[in-house]
Amino acid sequence: MDERWAAAWRLLPSYLGAHVLLAAAALALGLVISLPLAVVAVRSPAWRWPILGVASLIQTIPSLALLALFYPLLLAVSAVTEQLWQWRISALGFLPSLFALTLYSVLPIVRNTVTAVLGIDRDVIEAADGVGMTTTQRWWRVELPLAAPMIMAGVRTAAVWVIGAATLSTPVGQTSLGNYIFSGLQVEDWVSVLFGCAAAAGLALVVDQALALLESGGHRRSAARIGVGGGGLLLGVLVAAWVRPSTSSQGEVYVIGAKSFSEQYILSTLIADRLRERGVLVSAREGLGSSIAFRAVAEGDIDAYVDYSGTIWANVMQRTDAPPHDQLMQEMTAWLREHHGVELLGELGFENAYALAMRRDRAERLGIRTIADLARVASGLRIGGDYEFFVRPEWAALRAVYGLEFAGEQQFQSTFMYKAVADGDVDVISAFSSDGRIAALDLVVLGDPSQAIPRYDAILLVSGRRREDALLRAALMPLVHAISIELMREANLRVDRDQDKQSPAAAATWLAEQLEARSIVAQDP
Amino acid sequence: MTGSPESIIALAGVTKAYAPGQRHAVRGLTLAVAPGEFVAIIGGSGSGKTTLLKCINGLVGVDSGVVRVDGRPVDEVAGHVLRRSIGYVFQGVGLFPHLRVADNIGVTPQLLGWPSAEIATRVAELLTLVDLPPEFARRLPAGLSGGQRQRVGLARALAARPRIMLMDEPFGALDPVTRDALGRDYRRLHTRMGLTTVMVTHDILEAVLLADRIVVMRDGVIVADATPRVLLAQHDDPEVARLMDMPRQQALRVRAIVEGAALDG
Ligand SMILES: Nc1ncnc2c1ncn2[C@@H]1O[C@H](COP(=O)(O)OP(=O)(O)O)[C@@H](O)[C@H]1O
Ligand SMILES: [Mg+2]
Repeated sequence: MDERWAAAWRLLPSYLGAHVLLAAAALALGLVISLPLAVVAVRSPAWRWPILGVASLIQTIPSLALLALFYPLLLAVSAVTEQLWQWRISALGFLPSLFALTLYSVLPIVRNTVTAVLGIDRDVIEAADGVGMTTTQRWWRVELPLAAPMIMAGVRTAAVWVIGAATLSTPVGQTSLGNYIFSGLQVEDWVSVLFGCAAAAGLALVVDQALALLESGGHRRSAARIGVGGGGLLLGVLVAAWVRPSTSSQGEVYVIGAKSFSEQYILSTLIADRLRERGVLVSAREGLGSSIAFRAVAEGDIDAYVDYSGTIWANVMQRTDAPPHDQLMQEMTAWLREHHGVELLGELGFENAYALAMRRDRAERLGIRTIADLARVASGLRIGGDYEFFVRPEWAALRAVYGLEFAGEQQFQSTFMYKAVADGDVDVISAFSSDGRIAALDLVVLGDPSQAIPRYDAILLVSGRRREDALLRAALMPLVHAISIELMREANLRVDRDQDKQSPAAAATWLAEQLEARSIVAQDP
Repeated sequence: MTGSPESIIALAGVTKAYAPGQRHAVRGLTLAVAPGEFVAIIGGSGSGKTTLLKCINGLVGVDSGVVRVDGRPVDEVAGHVLRRSIGYVFQGVGLFPHLRVADNIGVTPQLLGWPSAEIATRVAELLTLVDLPPEFARRLPAGLSGGQRQRVGLARALAARPRIMLMDEPFGALDPVTRDALGRDYRRLHTRMGLTTVMVTHDILEAVLLADRIVVMRDGVIVADATPRVLLAQHDDPEVARLMDMPRQQALRVRAIVEGAALDG
């Protein structure tokens, strides 16, 4: 418990700093866009409904989807700008998050502004014209000041939304308080999840109060309130900019990616630590969506990460055939280099594939060692899978190849799936072969003699930009063929187990020590 | 007199409907006002009085006909420039709720770029004129009674020393004593400053006592246009005749009461 609290506190400055900067930038941009839009909507009834309609429509898009959609959009824009001006924009991280959150902030500000301005007493508007104001003077001297309280209320709503939704920017590679939540959910570190939620809620509350102070200060013409509210907000942003670990400003920063599960967090930390030992700056893009991670390395938004051969083969290369392992690796290496400039440095030495697993005692009593054995008795057994398993091609392949037919199928969240097989509620589960709980619960992984499940060997991918980078190679090459399945399972278990849970960083340190002790990985010269 | 060179305000065949197909708010209005004249517009609710005033300062654009101020068609002048030179007292007053009384009164001079010291002097002068204590300058409109707001509205219209004043039921919310006093004060000011005033009122007595000329409107058209004296004497239109007879009838009834006759006698 203590260790996880301490880890969470250590990360707070960088997560909170990035979160504050992102939210502040999105809100500022939102205001800059919203006010002119609101003016158009107020002045022109023909434009009013289209503007409010589109703004409402954006609000109905789930924020996670909106964030994710900006990634391919920016990639396309980047391709154009690169063609025209040799200028590549980063489609990962800050920009997609900024744009999505900005769009999110538009509705409350525009709607409140329009409602407020249209709600101003007709006599007052008429008087503004009557005393000889131009339309512009009327806006600045009468309409805007009178609408200000409601506009401010809109800004407050937008601020709370944006601060909340910014936690969802983690999967597109933007550091935020969402990193606590996403990594916590994946490795079932509820302390981390709670910490992230509390921090985001606390931030929203503080910002809301500061804006309220600003609002009441404007209303009561109190310079003190405006000063405290506005100054507090400004100070917050400045401090955030200051504590945020400088990344882009210093040219040589290695960016390491990780998808959103325990093993990926451990391995990216291991890689990052090895780079830091060599005295370079490293930043992490953790919790990336599975397909976003590959696009990111292809685009050079991240420099290195660990993926799995089966994922690249089927999802990226769109291949359905299953050549022998060595041939597959060769083809994949060549294809990646040719199509994306991505370098496949090598295999780590373990596989993380879907696998069917059973309790050892049960398997032995039934005499089951392979899936072929299982097929003979499956009609009397029940199988549990994670949410995806029963719709994945692996399951279809298993059923086709072995003629598997179970008495019942049940879906579980992965923690409960392992509990279910341990308690005997189900007989077989869809495990991940590198999951530490296989060893911890004394499960056996059933053999796949017909090779129905494609291989998911862990592989190191490096962006084209860093292909020739000697330092990166020196840090990564010793990991090739160095991590056995047993070692990876043990490291994963340290994070996934319920008792004496460790952070991914602690597990990465443990893994590094093991590698060193076995002197599989030589120490730095 | 229509459109003659000496008219400061001239409307010729002015027609306005607020929406296509809607009944005309004013129809074929022709009216000329000489400099220094005090014209009262009187008529029932919805007869087009307010519309007539707004056509003069361009707050309402006409569908057909021409409106001239100082001999120039108003649609040839930028609206805000025109309106800075014409004082307008709104029926609904329309003080700016977020501005203090002083800033409300000084708004047009400010738009015209007067030096702030001059504006301050002018505001003080106008507060005295409309009989409000100087400390009211710092109040917000929410802290004023209805009558006080109307006085501020009048002061605001006068602030930039316009030569033309358009007033839409300017004294409606005042008690009868103040109303009479302020009306007479304004009439003196009108004469002293050489103003041209067009005032809408629904009070025939007020029109008779203040104006040089009374224009009676009904359903968007002018049904009578003459001096109070002429109109009081006789009119062909029975409705106008009955309207103009009102003050006299009321005076007779008042005298009867004073002399002790039965109320319903
Ligand atoms: N802004 C407006 N939109 C539509 N109709 C209006 C508007 N202002 C006035 N009207 C209509 O025009 C007619 C004349 O109104 P108005 O000039 O305000 O009359 P008055 O001041 O004599 O009461 C009325 O029928 C009124 O309903
Ligand atoms: Mg009216």
